[in-house]
Amino acid sequence: MGEMSWSGRRGVALPARAMSDPGVTGRFGGYGGRYVPESLIPACHEIEAAFREAWEDPEFRNRLDTLLTVYAGRPTPLTPAWRLSQELGITLLLKREDLTHTGSHKINNVVGQALLAHRMGKRRLLAETGAGQHGVATATAAALLGLEATVFMGERDIERQELNVLRMNVLGAEVVPVTTGSRTLKDACNEAMRHWVSSVDDSYYCIGTVMGPHPYPWMVREFQRVIGDEARVQCAAALPVGVPDYVVACIGGGSNAAGTFAGFVDTTARLVGVEAEGGAAATFGRAGVLHGFRSLVLQDDDGQVKEAHSIAAGLDYPGIGPEHAHLRDGGRARYVTVNDDEVVRALRCLARTEGILPALESSHALAWVIRAAKSGEIPAGSTVMMTLSGRGDKDIASIREML
Amino acid sequence: MTAPLEEFLRARRAEGRRLLVPYVTAGIAPGWTDVVRAYADAGADAVELGFPFSDPMLDGVTIQEASDRAIAAGATVRGILREVAALDVAVPLVAMTYSNLVFQRSGAEFCAELRASGVGGLIVPDLPLEEVGELADAAAAEGVDLVLLAAPSSSRARLREVAERSRGFVYALTRMGTTGERGEVPEAAARLGRDLKELTDRPVLFGFGVSNPAQAADLAGHADGVVVASALMRRLLDGAGAGELGEYVASIRRVLDQGARWAVHPATAPSPTT
Ligand SMILES: Cc1ncc(COP(=O)(O)O)c(C=O)c1O
Repeated sequence: MGEMSWSGRRGVALPARAMSDPGVTGRFGGYGGRYVPESLIPACHEIEAAFREAWEDPEFRNRLDTLLTVYAGRPTPLTPAWRLSQELGITLLLKREDLTHTGSHKINNVVGQALLAHRMGKRRLLAETGAGQHGVATATAAALLGLEATVFMGERDIERQELNVLRMNVLGAEVVPVTTGSRTLKDACNEAMRHWVSSVDDSYYCIGTVMGPHPYPWMVREFQRVIGDEARVQCAAALPVGVPDYVVACIGGGSNAAGTFAGFVDTTARLVGVEAEGGAAATFGRAGVLHGFRSLVLQDDDGQVKEAHSIAAGLDYPGIGPEHAHLRDGGRARYVTVNDDEVVRALRCLARTEGILPALESSHALAWVIRAAKSGEIPAGSTVMMTLSGRGDKDIASIREML
Repeated sequence: MTAPLEEFLRARRAEGRRLLVPYVTAGIAPGWTDVVRAYADAGADAVELGFPFSDPMLDGVTIQEASDRAIAAGATVRGILREVAALDVAVPLVAMTYSNLVFQRSGAEFCAELRASGVGGLIVPDLPLEEVGELADAAAAEGVDLVLLAAPSSSRARLREVAERSRGFVYALTRMGTTGERGEVPEAAARLGRDLKELTDRPVLFGFGVSNPAQAADLAGHADGVVVASALMRRLLDGAGAGELGEYVASIRRVLDQGARWAVHPATAPSPTT
């Protein structure tokens, strides 16, 4: 890694179509696609057609913008991490998704998809959730638009994330425990797909990250690109050169990173995705097919999918969005890992230097920035734009055990 | 090695027989190949072998549990194929598994290994028409019949394409949902069976939720036969051995044969539109 993989990046003509429409096949290079049973194909076609139409429709865009502004709290600020920047000898800017309604970037995607489901005449949103953040966001958007919400959650995650289960219940969502397989996020995805097959007529599957069959990885990235689009404009105003040297985000399935990268992919910024060491599909995964798409997947020699493990439940996904796999192969983005200890230290550090309590997921991105700045991998004087994907209130209990 | 899957099924159908394909999760317990033999002896026309996958998106609780158990018992694709190669049964074998296992190395390699172990057919439920191209070519080259799925939600145009491109038989889903036992036979199944029979003379078999002999006979009347999976695997998970499972398959066989006897007049050629 190091400088080698970056050499020639600056000034090199970028592919004109980087992070654009993946077309009807939903391919990002060799990744993506639509690996679902025949029964779900009509639903995928219907959603793709509805999304294409809505995304071109100024009326839909207008409604979405309005909700993101007056309901979700956008635009979110770009906050300089003043004291930490000084300590690290860099300029670190934080894109504050933690300040949105419900406290993470998940709301951007969910408001978009719920609006789409509403437009398609669906009555109910289905969702999978790991940490519960996407489940809470889905329950929220369902309540906002008068839809029902059914959230699938692994039995083990239900135990670990009790408060979010309660939040979903209060918001009127039904939380269905998933008792099969590893009883975590990947099994919740399977179960949501199974329910979707049997209820496609009135239900809409609101996927929480850039995974699933086409059009989901593309659609979710488009709903999240508001992060990158805003940050780009904010960087242009805040930085003398207009574009940061580094753009960094954490990766579970990769939605906050995809939305962030989309705003900078055609600039000279170096894109870095940070995975949890125990869930690093871009680093340790092999090509495979899971949950309806082809990408890099953590799996054993025989092709059985492994569980991901980290301190951040929201990053415990054994795959990675197909577009990230493609960006990795093409060298446009780079994917790194951090371990649980570094993450907890990073969280504490930001809390003390800036008075911001980041989510454990977001603390992964920060942990890499701190490590790379200290080692000189990020040269002194560099500018770094990092997406702070969510707030850490939900993690207080787990943090207590780690401190 | 038996005749190719489709040829075999067509020949059986020509005898006026309703086709019966029972399923077993490969590797679920040490003596699982005895179950395959018991099915064959009980009058199966082919046997479906489920290669267990950790994330079986289209399977209900019974087959999920069976798959988990087989994986926990150490079942691997190679290990299963070794045991299958040593099997000597008089009916074709059809592998059922998910894309991730098929594409571990390449579709061509997977099909070659199936063929070498005497497996004549392959069903990949998470591989729709859009993604099937490469594997269809590889399977054809290896002489493995790649069976495609048709769903109640499929458009007429898609049904036509599925019927054309499927080999072995057309796997008609009785319902929108996962595998698993269900009470009633939905109206949509009858319609799908009728549509497919209009479009193709390839054998059409119903699968998903075939829960008892009477249902099997009812569904088989709308097509050429049935695949029975969860009803058998639930019995296996509850402790039934090969003998008992064979008897259950034989009971379905008897009802199908009775049904076939009075549903089709011996003097009447099978008409594709009824
Ligand atoms: C705060 C936060 N950040 C990041 C993630 C990871 O998701 P993604 O990679 O899709 O952004 C999650 C997932 O639950 C989350 O809650």
